[in-house]
Amino acid sequence: MSTTLAPRREPPKAGPDVSSRRLTERVFRVRESGILAVLVVFVAVTAAVQPRFLDLANIKFVLINATVFALLAVGETMVVVSRNVDLSIGSVVGLSAYLSANLFSQFHGISIPLVFLVGLGIGLACGVANGLMVSLGRVPSLVVTLATLYIIRGIDILIVGGNEVVAQSLPGSFLNIPQDTVLGVPDVAIAVAVVVAVGAYYLRSFRSGRELYAIGSNPDGARLAGISVGKRVFTAFTVSGALAGVAGVLWAAQYQTINSTAGTGYELTVISAVVVGGVAIFGGSGTAVGAALGALLLGTITSALYVLGISPFWDQSIAGFLLLLAISLDRAISVRLLAALRLRSSRGAG
Amino acid sequence: MEPAHDAAAPAGPNVPGPHPGAPAPGPGGGANGAAVLSLQHAAKAFGSVQAIADGTIELQAGEAHALLGENGAGKSTLVKILAGVYQVDTGTLLMDGQPATLASPAAAQAAGIAVIYQEPTLFPDLSVAENIFMGRQPLRAGRRIDGKVMRTEAAALFARLGVALDPGRVCRGLSIADQQIVEIGKALSLNARVIVMDEPTAALSAAEVARLFEVVATLRAGGAAVLFISHRLEEVFEICQRVTVMRDGRHVMTSELDGLTGDDLVRAMVGRDMPVRTDAERRAPGGQVLTVEHLTREGVFTDISFDVRAGEIVALAGLVGSGRSEVARAIFGIDKYDAGAVKVSSRGLRRASPTDAMAAGIGFVPEDRRQQGLVMDMSVQQNMALASLRRLGRHGLISSGAERKFATDWSLRLRIKYGKLTDPVSRLSGGNQQKVVLGKWLGRQPTLLIVDEPTRGIDIGTKAEVHRLLGQLAGDGVAILMISSELPEVLQVGDRILVMREGRLAAEFGHGEATEERIIAAATGQREGQAR
Repeated sequence: MSTTLAPRREPPKAGPDVSSRRLTERVFRVRESGILAVLVVFVAVTAAVQPRFLDLANIKFVLINATVFALLAVGETMVVVSRNVDLSIGSVVGLSAYLSANLFSQFHGISIPLVFLVGLGIGLACGVANGLMVSLGRVPSLVVTLATLYIIRGIDILIVGGNEVVAQSLPGSFLNIPQDTVLGVPDVAIAVAVVVAVGAYYLRSFRSGRELYAIGSNPDGARLAGISVGKRVFTAFTVSGALAGVAGVLWAAQYQTINSTAGTGYELTVISAVVVGGVAIFGGSGTAVGAALGALLLGTITSALYVLGISPFWDQSIAGFLLLLAISLDRAISVRLLAALRLRSSRGAG
Repeated sequence: MEPAHDAAAPAGPNVPGPHPGAPAPGPGGGANGAAVLSLQHAAKAFGSVQAIADGTIELQAGEAHALLGENGAGKSTLVKILAGVYQVDTGTLLMDGQPATLASPAAAQAAGIAVIYQEPTLFPDLSVAENIFMGRQPLRAGRRIDGKVMRTEAAALFARLGVALDPGRVCRGLSIADQQIVEIGKALSLNARVIVMDEPTAALSAAEVARLFEVVATLRAGGAAVLFISHRLEEVFEICQRVTVMRDGRHVMTSELDGLTGDDLVRAMVGRDMPVRTDAERRAPGGQVLTVEHLTREGVFTDISFDVRAGEIVALAGLVGSGRSEVARAIFGIDKYDAGAVKVSSRGLRRASPTDAMAAGIGFVPEDRRQQGLVMDMSVQQNMALASLRRLGRHGLISSGAERKFATDWSLRLRIKYGKLTDPVSRLSGGNQQKVVLGKWLGRQPTLLIVDEPTRGIDIGTKAEVHRLLGQLAGDGVAILMISSELPEVLQVGDRILVMREGRLAAEFGHGEATEERIIAAATGQREGQAR
């Protein structure tokens, strides 16, 4: 220990700080631009082999296919960022899809916005149940939502039984929702893009949004910082549920035949999309835009395999490989980033 | 959102640089003489353990006040009381002469008390600026966070502290020193008037410590009171004006540092006598059992060489964090080491292999018995048999009869008090749990026993029994390496005492040479006694 002190340091200079911020920002943007790059390469390769892939009709098809997943990914991002997970969304999609579609045969001429509202309400109720158990009951979300995955699916099966809603019982205006376009872009894709943008903006620019990151980054620290952890986590689950409810109605309009298996397994696809999209599975970082891009990438792969005539059985393996790739990439980036930041830190302190 | 610039106007003369012996901005800082914070006769017990019996401390505006005491003197409890984490059982707290209560960390924060822990708890994924302003981010229209203003305000805080830190970068990868700076920035932004630093320098390099001291001087000049806890006395003399010493949960003295010496402080911290193991109990040690040669683990401990002989108890003393437990873990193979060698009875041990260590006859009683020493939900009997399963089994099946006999045998010899052998071990008292861990290893008849803090959290009666037991084992020819933070225990039980400081062996004392003062001096790096 030295007894003499180093001379007083000059006030911080702007130079190195600005450049370092650029460095960090650049590396962080890589997460999203990385997926975008993979997406572009994938589309290019597929199109080179099978030019039909870039047909307007096919692009439209891909976009519409991805909407349900992208919508779910926004809600899941909010949950995962807070170091939680929502496994129940697939079941919520199924329940909402059947109940909302069934409204058309029960109440003839029911307005479509009202049906969407009912779907949203169903999802909201499921989300509230999840949120209450996680925040008040202090049960790990993995356990809670694994339970509600089965419970909600069970309720769905009880209600639906062997029935199914078929396209004939649905009004044409409802069935046309995925087909409607503005300047060639599907309405649905625009609507979902708006939801993604709103979600991303909320997470980035509002205190309560940032607090979700804080909770995921250091739960104990969040409590010490006076953040109402329970309230925030509850909100995240509620939003995730509500979006899953809306996604269920969209699902019904898209697939048009709804039985008790609707949406089965979607939770894993969505979590894959979220992770591929750069959201850290243990919370604290990632964006809704990245997650939505992840959903779009997975959707694109499915349709590309179809267009290329490759067996759809490959679909899941490729999704799995992508997941591994994303996680390794994430790890590699964070190791590099950490090394760079450490270096700077030591220079700054020296 | 209030900009942080108007945090408390300077209360004393503006002292730009912290020169040793620079005049304190006079305690009281001017107009009214009431202390910023005054805790009087605070008591706090956890169950039957009295953590603090008489916690008393008084902080004046603009002073840096040292809080000293041995491990277990009650400093940490006092800090947690000030942080609002613990509530006092009895005692009064005055802020500016007015009675106050700190019911929660948030309440302490609101009262203007900020605590900077040795290893701060930040949000690693968020930016430095967000860490400072979390929950209080500056807003613009529509209740949206104004990131630009937030970063500017954070930069202004750092400018006031005279440090260069990029507010826009994420906290992950920041050195501990920089993390502390972030916490201090947060304290400034909250207009904290009392800043508690709990061993802030323990993990810092010399240059980082120098920078921290500049920051402390800046804080003082701004009228804040700094409570500084450190084991390094020379640091205390360098930056503090007054000192409070605690011992065994009680206030011993509060005084101006001027005119005091390091010896005075050490004496105040220790100040008690304990009986030592009688010479009759100590025998001439036998052959070398454990040989440690130039053991190094980068950043944790460096060039550690010593040996332990049969029938000898070697005590490893030093401050918490000096690397004692880490050396023990490396010897037993729990952690890897980078260089050096470990030999048992002149046979080299494989690196990072507890299996090899056990085969060579090492037993290891870890520091944290609940987490590492016992399986709390399993029965007394199962826990005791855990390390000897191979001997108690036949054809890979464990005979519960043999297990029972084994457990009965050892619990009698160790005088363990329990209801039934099949009760979960979690029902036993701390002392009896520790005996179960000891029994678990003694059942293997080790040639070397490593015990890490063998009597932590154990009542005095059982403590003496554990000491007796260790003496007995040594008498039977077992080599014992004991890590302990309790100096009386080190002196009473150890035949030879090694002192570690900052990852290195700082001193070695034979039985009879060692005194508490000398050990503390060696452990804290005071140049006195036989250090180095």
